[in-house]
Amino acid sequence: MSKIHVSTTINGDAAEFLCDPRETLLDVLRDRLGLTGAKEGCGTGDCGACSVTLDGRLVCSCLVLGAEAEGREIATVEGIAPGETLHPLQRKFIEHAALQCGICTPGILVAAKALLEKNPDPTETEVRYWLAGNLCRCTGYDKIIRAVMDAAAEMREVA
Amino acid sequence: MALDEYKPQKGGDQLEQGHAFKYVGTRPDRPDGTDKVTGRARFGADITAPGMLHGAILRSPHAHARIVNIDTSKAEALDGVKAVVTRADFSAAIQPAPGMAGEMWNVLENVMAGDTALYDGHAIAAVAATSALTARDALKLIKVTYEVLPHVTDVDAAMAADAPVIRDGTADKSVPPGLHPNVVRYHQSGHGDVEAGFAEADLVIEDSFTTEATHQGYIEPHACLGTLGGDGKGELWCCTQGHWNVQKICAALLDMETSQLRVTASEIGGGFGGKTTVFIEPVALALSRKANRPVKLVMSRSEVFRATGPTASTSMDIKIGMRKDGTITAAQGVFRAQGGAFPGAPMEFTAMCAFAPYNLANVHQVGYDVMTNRPKQAAYRAPGSPMAAFAVESVIDELCNQLGLDPLEVRLKNASREGTRASYGPKFQRIGLVETIEAAMAHPHYSAPLAPGQGRGISCGFWFNHGGETSVTLALSEDGSAQIMVGTPDIGGSRASMALMAAEVLGIPYENIRVTVADTASLGYNEVSHGSRVTYASGLATIKAAEAAVRELCKRAAAKWGIEEEAVYWEDGYAKPSGPNAGDFEPLHISKITRSMGATGGPINGHFEATPEGAGVSFATHIVDAEVDPETGSTKVVRYTVVQDAGKAIHPTYVEGQFQGGAAQGIGWALNEEYIYGTDGRLQNAGFLDYRIPVASDLPMIDTVIVEVPNPGHPYGVRGVGETSICPPLAAIANAVSAAAGVRMRNLPMSPPRIFEALEAKNG
Amino acid sequence: MRYLSPASFDDAVALAAEAPGVTRFLAGGTDVLVQMRADIITPDTLIDIKKIPGTHDIARTPDGGWTIGVAVTGAEMREQDDLGADWPGLVEAMDLIGSTQVQGRATLTGNLCNASPAADSVPAMIAAGVTLTVTGPDGNRTVAAEDIPTGPGQTSLAKGELISAVHVPPRGAGGGDAYLRFIPRTEMDIAVVGCGVNLSVEGDTITAARVALGAVAPTARLVPEAAAALVGTTLGDAALDALATAASAACAPIDDKRGTVRFRTHIAGVLAKRAAKIAYDRARKAQ
Repeated sequence: MSKIHVSTTINGDAAEFLCDPRETLLDVLRDRLGLTGAKEGCGTGDCGACSVTLDGRLVCSCLVLGAEAEGREIATVEGIAPGETLHPLQRKFIEHAALQCGICTPGILVAAKALLEKNPDPTETEVRYWLAGNLCRCTGYDKIIRAVMDAAAEMREVA
Repeated sequence: MALDEYKPQKGGDQLEQGHAFKYVGTRPDRPDGTDKVTGRARFGADITAPGMLHGAILRSPHAHARIVNIDTSKAEALDGVKAVVTRADFSAAIQPAPGMAGEMWNVLENVMAGDTALYDGHAIAAVAATSALTARDALKLIKVTYEVLPHVTDVDAAMAADAPVIRDGTADKSVPPGLHPNVVRYHQSGHGDVEAGFAEADLVIEDSFTTEATHQGYIEPHACLGTLGGDGKGELWCCTQGHWNVQKICAALLDMETSQLRVTASEIGGGFGGKTTVFIEPVALALSRKANRPVKLVMSRSEVFRATGPTASTSMDIKIGMRKDGTITAAQGVFRAQGGAFPGAPMEFTAMCAFAPYNLANVHQVGYDVMTNRPKQAAYRAPGSPMAAFAVESVIDELCNQLGLDPLEVRLKNASREGTRASYGPKFQRIGLVETIEAAMAHPHYSAPLAPGQGRGISCGFWFNHGGETSVTLALSEDGSAQIMVGTPDIGGSRASMALMAAEVLGIPYENIRVTVADTASLGYNEVSHGSRVTYASGLATIKAAEAAVRELCKRAAAKWGIEEEAVYWEDGYAKPSGPNAGDFEPLHISKITRSMGATGGPINGHFEATPEGAGVSFATHIVDAEVDPETGSTKVVRYTVVQDAGKAIHPTYVEGQFQGGAAQGIGWALNEEYIYGTDGRLQNAGFLDYRIPVASDLPMIDTVIVEVPNPGHPYGVRGVGETSICPPLAAIANAVSAAAGVRMRNLPMSPPRIFEALEAKNG
Repeated sequence: MRYLSPASFDDAVALAAEAPGVTRFLAGGTDVLVQMRADIITPDTLIDIKKIPGTHDIARTPDGGWTIGVAVTGAEMREQDDLGADWPGLVEAMDLIGSTQVQGRATLTGNLCNASPAADSVPAMIAAGVTLTVTGPDGNRTVAAEDIPTGPGQTSLAKGELISAVHVPPRGAGGGDAYLRFIPRTEMDIAVVGCGVNLSVEGDTITAARVALGAVAPTARLVPEAAAALVGTTLGDAALDALATAASAACAPIDDKRGTVRFRTHIAGVLAKRAAKIAYDRARKAQ
């Protein structure tokens, strides 16, 4: 079966890969590009663990074909931290213990970052509904919501 | 409750020990935090090996079927396919035996079906190929001929006379004569005379309850990478709660010596009991052995639901007598649990936990372990206990309603205390149930007004907790920092807890301690991370290992000073002479001693191996407010408070996290989570779309109160906290919903159609 | 599987018409990719229509209606404030589908052509009177939303045909729409029942109405009897009860993992009343 050649941009860097037309963007990120930060929790868009942004739009990478990445800009959890220092969301997640096992954390961070870029001052309810597609089985979401709200507050002060 | 009402709970003020802790009880960042927020942490599916193949497993579409023939020839002929395995590729030496005595055979049978497919999703064959897509394509080329057999998936139906027999001869000697062959184990316990007790009661309520099977629902599907070469030596990387157990089982299933297989635990993306056994790991190794290349196997989400451990489903009858003053005079329960097509439903835990919170003169409980055509149940957070609490606490709630008594006052009046003879036999040591009830009564939540349409429910809950076989080693570095090797995978921040306890003993900064989860070749045996045992048992072993290192540090100081070892003590990271008589020496910092340790007697390490048996039992009391839409039967949890005895909270933030996580899972179990089977015996909802775990917008903030009644069995008073938190929610929510809807809910989950039906029945 | 991304609808039609075996069109992919992952279907040919010019546009038409490109996502609809002002029920129905992530991909056209009886946007489209341009080997035809799905997973589209544009009628003065669905959780579920109501008022009196139900029959359906219960009324209790009765009477649901026949039939009535009240309030405010 012939493979498709794809040129794309990932976390600001040009990337190229060959993929089977059936492979998802998640498969490509994890298996062909070594970016295993995005996780497959379901493969059907129900858990959000594979969240990335595609041209700035939050999506489940399991619901995007690798071939669709041609000419697009993709951002993953590996690109959240600007250089050496952690992003405020990352710091607040550690500080608030907003993770227990940590498998949902990359997807939630990508999703929360997309939220705060769109809405720097979300209410608790807005955060909860925005993140409704990111399942966490460990925390009961309490500390996640606090971490996002706290990061948002800090980012507003700096901005 | 809303965010702005949140006040952090202070821990430790009830601590009875005089000891003032410096590190324990603080809330530092977890050591693996950066790895986990940057995507760097490596979970089960995040690893590759040179020459790696991808595996895939063919699963039965039938609930019960004889496997007449498996034709793998077309799959084997497909380009890229390197190995196909069936049951013939696993040990033939393991034989079945009745009850739990046959557990190794049960695990083998579950990992790969023998002559019969026992449930929808049962593994039949597996392939390894050069890509995951090729492996999946190859599965479609395997032709299996089935002879479909009658099936049963419901626990009560499986006990009925006309139920199909799943495997005759599985019942062990505990089962009384006359029961259906699907009843494979039996338990009874209790004391006193329940009939006499019921005769003393002013009100006796007898009622029946059911709970559906729920899944642990960890977000990380099972994943592993196995290598088994021609030299007979194996390597396995997998997400597991206990890699020594994986080593033991895989070696047995593949007829290997344990020492020939090294197992490394990856970071683990949730387990909750469901990753205490094996499913795909022996299959990856068998494929690797056949292909002579590393094989990676990753389950899909639907495979996780169809073929890994959900919890048992139950059917329960409860009878409780109470006097007008709230005294319980007698209690009796019958607990029927199905755990799939194998023995092992935790009915004895259900029976033993049911009445444990109460000091009862007359109590009797009976349990039945029943086989059905469902996947083999696996442990799920306090296995068996939440269902029991649901049934028992619902009846107590109804007794309180009918007698006009305050539900917490009644719990307090009957509460088990130190010295109480437990419903399951032993006498309780120091326990904290009373303290949790009193804290709940004092909590503003309990006296807050309810809005129209809302109801409040409370419940107590109990879990044993566990110690278990444990090994820890601690090595001091030249600079005076410490490295700890533990064998219990870090499921929810235990590296932080271990580092805090070691810091406390060594008197060195938390940041100077690195905690590593060692592989099976690098440390002595460790039991699985289960039974809420990690902070207790690995923590105890860490403390003891650190104390051993401190003794050696003191010895080196004594030698340097030329005084007796006994004349040196350790404080805040320094060896100090114990008094004027010992001599006047400048205290020696740990780094001074470690820097010269090579010349003063060699490396300084500490280690500890034991099976600590002092895991203190733990109790919790939960308060919940729920709102029911009478037109739709929809329930919203509007406020939730967890009060639980932690013994001593080592890292209070992660203790709160365990409380909140247990409550959230309980909310899911109570309201919407369930295994739904069709009449064909196939699972209808093998995905997160229709297996409805709570999402962020479903839940309120979850308030926590950490009660600390020290466990006498741990140096710092630690009790396990992970499991008890899921025991009360089912009952507390059922009581809240019943109050809000005005109708008693006896069957979980209390999904909208169920509540609607109950309301319809009530309103006529 | 072949993956093709034609540059025009004519090319897409030509490719689809000659493609052997199973062909699927890829718009948002939130259904097709799930079906592929679950091995429910592996198309021989997958035609990605997102590179066709215009498929990402939302445009107001000269008559005051709207044309929505077939690759426009739920998130993009939500961000088009004027569309939401005209047709809040339609936009909300689309917005209810899946998570924020799914909203970044899912499309009206995909939701319609997946032909699930429980598709959230479909009752809202039917209630709004949405029509579709269907392009095929024989040219274009216009089809009402309710005539696209013919049964679970089945549509009236012939081989080589695909939807090339979505047309939403002009809102007009005194009109309002609403869509409600019932799900067990607050998010992420498939509708147990869905109900779209679109109505117009003069003063306080309802002059026209369309009511559509989802997840209570093999396809989402228009319920003229329910609409008739509204027209000429001021949405008093009697009208609401008549609406609920008509809505429930129109149900022919199944018992399944998401709900029972009795429950769905009852909920259809409850939702119809609740949605009608919202639509009525919106319509009166829009005069």
